[in-house]
This record gives sequence, C-alpha cells and structure tokens, in this order.
Amino acid sequence: MNYQTPLARVRGLGSARQGSHDWWQQRVSAVALVPLSLWLAVHLSMLPNVAYAEVVRWVSLPWNTVLLLSFILFSLYHAMLGLQVVIEDYVHNDWMKLLGMLGVRLVTAFLALSTAFSVLHIVFVGGHG
Amino acid sequence: MKERPLSPHLQVYRLPLTAWVSITHRATGVFLSLGMILLVVFLLAIAQGSESFACVHSFLQSLAGRLFLWAWIYSLLFHFCHGFRHLIWDTGHGFERETLNRFAVYEIAASLLLVCLVFLLVSL
Repeated sequence: MNYQTPLARVRGLGSARQGSHDWWQQRVSAVALVPLSLWLAVHLSMLPNVAYAEVVRWVSLPWNTVLLLSFILFSLYHAMLGLQVVIEDYVHNDWMKLLGMLGVRLVTAFLALSTAFSVLHIVFVGGHG
Repeated sequence: MKERPLSPHLQVYRLPLTAWVSITHRATGVFLSLGMILLVVFLLAIAQGSESFACVHSFLQSLAGRLFLWAWIYSLLFHFCHGFRHLIWDTGHGFERETLNRFAVYEIAASLLLVCLVFLLVSL
C-alpha cells in the first residue's frame, strides 16, 4: 500500500532533480514574452537608423524602460532554463554537465545585472556626450 | 517476430517537417541566447557614452551587422510562433498527426509573415 500522493512522488524527480518547477517557470516566462517579443522585434529593427540622442531618449521613456527591462530579464530567465535543458540532453559527462549548468547560471546572472545597471544608468544619469 | 516500427536513424531517415521545425526551435533558442549577449553589450555601450555607442552602432550598420540583426529578429519570431504552438500543446490539444503537419506549415508561414510585417513597418 502506497500512501504517497502523486505530487509527493514526482517531487525531486526529473533530470534537474527539481520536478516540474523549471518546466512551469519556462511556460510562465514564455507567456510574458509573447507580447514583449513582438514589441521588441519592431523597435530593435529600427536601431540601425537612429542616432545616439534618440536612443537615449527612447530608453528613458518610462513605458519603454519597463518593457525593455521586462523583455531582457524574462528572456534571460527563459534562456537559462532552455539552455539548461539543451545541456541536460546533449552533455552526458557529469562534470561537464555541472560546469555547463554553472556557466549558464553565472553568465545569465551577470547579463541580468549588466542590463539592470545599464538601463537605470541611461534613465537616471542620461547619455554621455 | 512481429513487424515493429524501427526507431528513426538520423542518417537514413528523412526527417518530417515537424522534426525540422522542432530542431529549428532549439537552434534558434541557442542563437537567441547568444544574441542576448550582444543586446546587453549594446545597452552597456549606450550607458557608457556616444563614442562606445558609435562603435557598436557602426557594426550594426554594416552588412554583416544588418544580416545578424535580421537573422536574430527572424529567429525571435520563429521561436515565438513555435513557442506559441508549445503552449497550445501544453493544454493537451493538437497531437493528431494531421494537425501536427498542418500547424508546422502554419508556423513557418506565420513567422515569415511576421518578419515581413516588421520589415514593412521599418521601411515606412
């Protein structure tokens, strides 16, 4: 007789040993990225044709600041989870897998910090020269 | 022994469209992740000042830069379309063979349509 609930049985399973948490987080970030991606695609395609002052002004508009930060932070989180799955699928050596996972996590965390700093710097300090 | 289906062997098996779409989803995902590094470098350059901006901006205006930018934007839109498909699958619907093939065509068509729309919007 097994008294465990189905939920208790799956907790801690999966190749990342975290059950379904990562899977769910990937979906949550995907839903957030649906409108954000379309918005970014349109604005990013204009980037080659705009001057420095214009870019600084664009990033500083509150609406753009929030959407830009949201896009990049959700994307980095989504990318971290996605790259982790790719590593789990193709890297079979335990040490290489561990190094890959660490690398992905540290690099995405670093990129997230750089994004937050840059965007807030542009907004509150403005562009230089 | 009973006739059983063989597992697909990559070198002799002609991949169906759904498989190509699935592989492309993964490949674009990895490519988009790498491109994120460049996007962050761009933001850092803007924060740094107009000289650093001019440096990365001139790359973006070069042929290689424009090709890269449009490859990234198309990857984003393709990943968007197939990602949407995944969200539909997550509801437990659309796994019939006929639906699978039809949607693979829809996804490719939708991603091409979206990239054309973005291109038109910029060119206006």
